[in-house]
Amino acid sequence: MGYPANYRYTKEHEWVDAKDGVATIGITDYAQSELGDVVFVELPEAGKKLEKGKSFGTVESVKAVSEIYAPVSGEVLEANPELHDKPETINSDPHGAAWMVKIKLSNPAELEKLMDSGAYETYVAAKGKEASA
Amino acid sequence: MRYLPKSPAERQEMLAAIGAKSIEELFETIPEKYRLRDALKLPGPFSEAEIIDYFKQRAAENSLGYTSFLGAGVYQHLRSVITDTILLRGEFLTSYTPYQAEITQGTLQAIFEFQTLMCQLTGQEVANASMYDGATATTEAVLMAERLTGRGRVLVARSVHPEYREVLRTYAKNSGLHVQEIGYTKNGSVDVAAIKSALKDDVAAVVVQSPNFLGVLETLSGIADAAHGVGALLVVAIAEGISLGAVKPPAEADIVAMEAQSFGLPPSYGGPYAGVIASRDKFVRQMPGRLAGETTDTEGKRGFVLTLATREQHIRREKATSNICTNQALCALAATVHLTLLGKEGLREMAEQNLAKAQFALSELEKIPGVKRAFDGPFFNEFTLEFPRSVRIINGELLKEKIAGPLALGTAYPELTKHGLVCVTETTPRAEIERFAAAVKNILSKPL
Repeated sequence: MGYPANYRYTKEHEWVDAKDGVATIGITDYAQSELGDVVFVELPEAGKKLEKGKSFGTVESVKAVSEIYAPVSGEVLEANPELHDKPETINSDPHGAAWMVKIKLSNPAELEKLMDSGAYETYVAAKGKEASA
Repeated sequence: MRYLPKSPAERQEMLAAIGAKSIEELFETIPEKYRLRDALKLPGPFSEAEIIDYFKQRAAENSLGYTSFLGAGVYQHLRSVITDTILLRGEFLTSYTPYQAEITQGTLQAIFEFQTLMCQLTGQEVANASMYDGATATTEAVLMAERLTGRGRVLVARSVHPEYREVLRTYAKNSGLHVQEIGYTKNGSVDVAAIKSALKDDVAAVVVQSPNFLGVLETLSGIADAAHGVGALLVVAIAEGISLGAVKPPAEADIVAMEAQSFGLPPSYGGPYAGVIASRDKFVRQMPGRLAGETTDTEGKRGFVLTLATREQHIRREKATSNICTNQALCALAATVHLTLLGKEGLREMAEQNLAKAQFALSELEKIPGVKRAFDGPFFNEFTLEFPRSVRIINGELLKEKIAGPLALGTAYPELTKHGLVCVTETTPRAEIERFAAAVKNILSKPL
């Protein structure tokens, strides 16, 4: 699965799609493949303020529970209501239907610090090598 | 004998793998003054005969030949030798952390059945594999409510077992949890008006016990509505599980914390106990401890596994739901066997006998001049009496008659120095109740 060129990425494997001051956030294809079958997602309610780098929810798979970290700061406008009943969407369509939250950016400059798709692909490839070394 | 013997070479290899020079280095973060440098002062070693003798002596310290009217969180009930026969089977008795699904289907099934029984008894949807005891279960229920609501204040009835409240205070002390106690009314039940006025939208949970520590059954619906009205949860603690044979299950509760000692565990030398946490299905991911789940294997056959273990300490480390990472498997098994033997009708009959005998004891004791019932709320197998003199003095005299008298409430409730909590179960013969009442009457008729 390719990594959309218009998204930005974090080292913790979240993606951000920012448009007109609103950022849509999810976890990457690499993240879902490492987690395995996702069975539960815990997301914040609208109005919650996220701080860059802080955990804002959890993803539970059959083998682990992982934190999801905010790639950028802002206030939650909406959490994806579909994920509660269909958490497996995270495995099937991580970059699309399985978006997790939409937030109103409080500091758009934070986007500049994130990786573009090329940099993220290189980062993930290096991780793959590390694992097989 | 070492549990896992390792050669010095293997130790070096392991240290090298994690990049440490010495074992000492692994403990660097512990300040020097807290390190143990001397050998532990332990007695022994003992021979087999000496060990058997030691335990015989300790066992002899249990009070034998006394008729007890003590309850207060620990109850005497009939139990069958079948329970012990099954408990003593090596497969159950000697296995430690018996949770590997591949080899311990029997244990996992027993735990699953325990959970099912606890749900049926408490009117809840999901129960865990058991906790240490009623006190830790109550505290864990509060912590669970704290996580679920994201709030840090809790209202606890003073009529909740004093030791349960003490364990809760110990946990709360350094964790930022604020515990506020709510008094009881003239009839011995929790002061619902006080709960309502203390309930704000920063309250995580209201904790009540039923039957409460004074023996009185609480009316839960009003408390549940008030708590839910501000988004708080209702935690119901139950110290005497047999009451559920006669009393409506606390289905209004969001979390039930129960002591399972009454189900086939004899009160011996202060234990053992088994705690229960049961709750609503939607809260299961914040439930502490272990859960056995039913599944199907690759051949489609029914099987059992530990489930939701991803939230436990060994996987999630400091972010785990709770520091509880085990359960009282053997005690939970005793409860399962005991309840299975009793069955639904048997449990009801046992509960009815408790009710009837406690009512009889009250009527006999109330005949004694100066002795009166302290609270008029409905009760199960325990009730509070007010005596014309100190309960301790009366108990001192009763002991000479080989009677363990009522619990002196003054220790936990300074305003109740002349009050005693009397417990009567199906194990208390009618003649002994009469002998007890006669002894109290006799003691009180003598000048001080």
